[in-house]
Amino acid sequence: MHAFARRAVSGFGVVVGVVTLMFALLRLAPGDPALLLVGPTATAEQVAAQRHALGLDRPLPAQYAAWLSRFARGDWGTSIATGRPVRTMLAQAWPATVRLVGLSLVLSYLLGIAVGVVQAARNGRLDTALSIATVTLFALPGYWLGLMLVMVFTYRLRWLPAFGAAGFDADFLGPAGRVADRLRHLTLPLATLTLVGVGGTARFVRGAMLDVAGAPFVTVARAKGLSERSVTLRHVLRNALIPVLTLLGLSLPALFSGAVFIEAIFAWPGVGRVLVEAVQARDYPVVMAATAVSATLVVLGNLLAEVLVSLADPRVR
Amino acid sequence: MRGETRRLFADGRAVAGAVLLCGAVIAAALAPLLAGDPIAQHDIVLTRFLPPLATDPLGAFHLLGTDRFGRDVWARLVYGARISLGVGVLAVLLSVLVGVAVGAAAGFWRGWIGTVLLGLTDFTLALPRVVLLLLLASLWRPSAGLVIVVLGLTGWMTIARLVHAEVRALAIRPFVESAVGLGVPGPRILVRHILPNAMTPVIVAAALGLGNAILLEAGLSFLGLGVQPPTPSWGNLIASGRDTLVNAPWVATAPGVALVAVVVAATLLGDAVRDRYDPAGGGQPGRR
Repeated sequence: MHAFARRAVSGFGVVVGVVTLMFALLRLAPGDPALLLVGPTATAEQVAAQRHALGLDRPLPAQYAAWLSRFARGDWGTSIATGRPVRTMLAQAWPATVRLVGLSLVLSYLLGIAVGVVQAARNGRLDTALSIATVTLFALPGYWLGLMLVMVFTYRLRWLPAFGAAGFDADFLGPAGRVADRLRHLTLPLATLTLVGVGGTARFVRGAMLDVAGAPFVTVARAKGLSERSVTLRHVLRNALIPVLTLLGLSLPALFSGAVFIEAIFAWPGVGRVLVEAVQARDYPVVMAATAVSATLVVLGNLLAEVLVSLADPRVR
Repeated sequence: MRGETRRLFADGRAVAGAVLLCGAVIAAALAPLLAGDPIAQHDIVLTRFLPPLATDPLGAFHLLGTDRFGRDVWARLVYGARISLGVGVLAVLLSVLVGVAVGAAAGFWRGWIGTVLLGLTDFTLALPRVVLLLLLASLWRPSAGLVIVVLGLTGWMTIARLVHAEVRALAIRPFVESAVGLGVPGPRILVRHILPNAMTPVIVAAALGLGNAILLEAGLSFLGLGVQPPTPSWGNLIASGRDTLVNAPWVATAPGVALVAVVVAATLLGDAVRDRYDPAGGGQPGRR
């Protein structure tokens, strides 16, 4: 547990580092949010007044210290572009992202592990065919796959909706209808993110299984007369899962990144979409807060992966 | 080395990957011979939204059809390859440069330099890459050069870790110790004796990273934060086809297929090289 506490501290350090880096980059960059806000026709006095109102005329360390202390206290300021409190915007957005990313993480690992195990257990034609399939999935850009799925399932077949998390008529539906509506809206973004993830996971699981399959204890298990099924699932897979769980933690930043594109394509009301819109509007407070929230979610995911590794591998505990 | 290369190409994946990549590079290099002007618009009303294999009323043949401005999709695809492949290759070269420098220094000078550099590597690895890319690409004016720098500076960590491990293992080998004993200066040992022996995993990581960089360039351009239209890049071609999915699906389909083919090729080649030189394996965790 001591090691876990150390990881938690270093994870906190990562979040603080990310926030500091973002702050520095935002201030280094050209483009003045005050100018953006007052418009091109404003006088110099109006710009100066706006800069003062936003606190942009104070020295950088003071701005940083003030922002950090407010952020730590949970006061995340007001969005420059929309005028809404940043905290409300993100509080509404993060559950949608966690729902999408969490579900796709679970699904893509379950599917990926299944495919990888089948590939490792059956060499030959099936392995080759699945390898071609997984390398193709691995190479698919999520935003393009998303567009193709929209083209087929929304425009051609008219089966599934392509935008948002719920229909405009959701408020008029009964409880069962509302759940069905939400599931229908979830299907395409979730399928896109999962399909892209399955390729990488299956490739990794196959490799990890084949690495373990040559170990002496596997030969011993076979020599004891255990069934092939038992050797594969109880001995090879269990040991191959350790690097896979580590990968799970490492792949979280990647998954969040993928979710940014998917949320933009499907107008999914999550942190990624808030971030893309804020970045395009140079909305400093929102960008900072959204970045800090994504970094925190990634760090928490990494910690979770470490706990899982220690559960799967008694030697780590 | 000759025999090694021949054995590598006994692997079907290496052949398929190399052929596909070479084809894409040749098509990009010979773009002016293979296709017409990618930006030219003739008579928009007569030539827009022509399906693949159509000949327009002006007599021009369009292998992959035309987009909403009557521009030839094949020409835009081939010229887009120049941008997409060029940006990908340069970004990977930059990551290799940074990654090798950081990894080698951290593995060779193991004191506080190593600790700081490894800390930096782990920190950068924990960042959501696209979030950082989005931020940087939107803070400075979007351009191909910016995309190269941003992709290069966020893609070096895997390479740094691989090189670090290799250099550490090589530094205690007899040939390095004898070089130290002969009084060869440290930096020279590192560059002349250790690094040439540590390059194989770098080549593998670079091949896999190339696919990744091309995907990310396309992603940024897709969001309008990368290469700016009318200059074609595969990413902004996909984006421009997004609005015409219903009446002209080929506009978004063609660049996507090209993108997938090139990334598959880079991955297959990387896999084949890895299995050839490092049969023990060791996959590349995470992407994008």
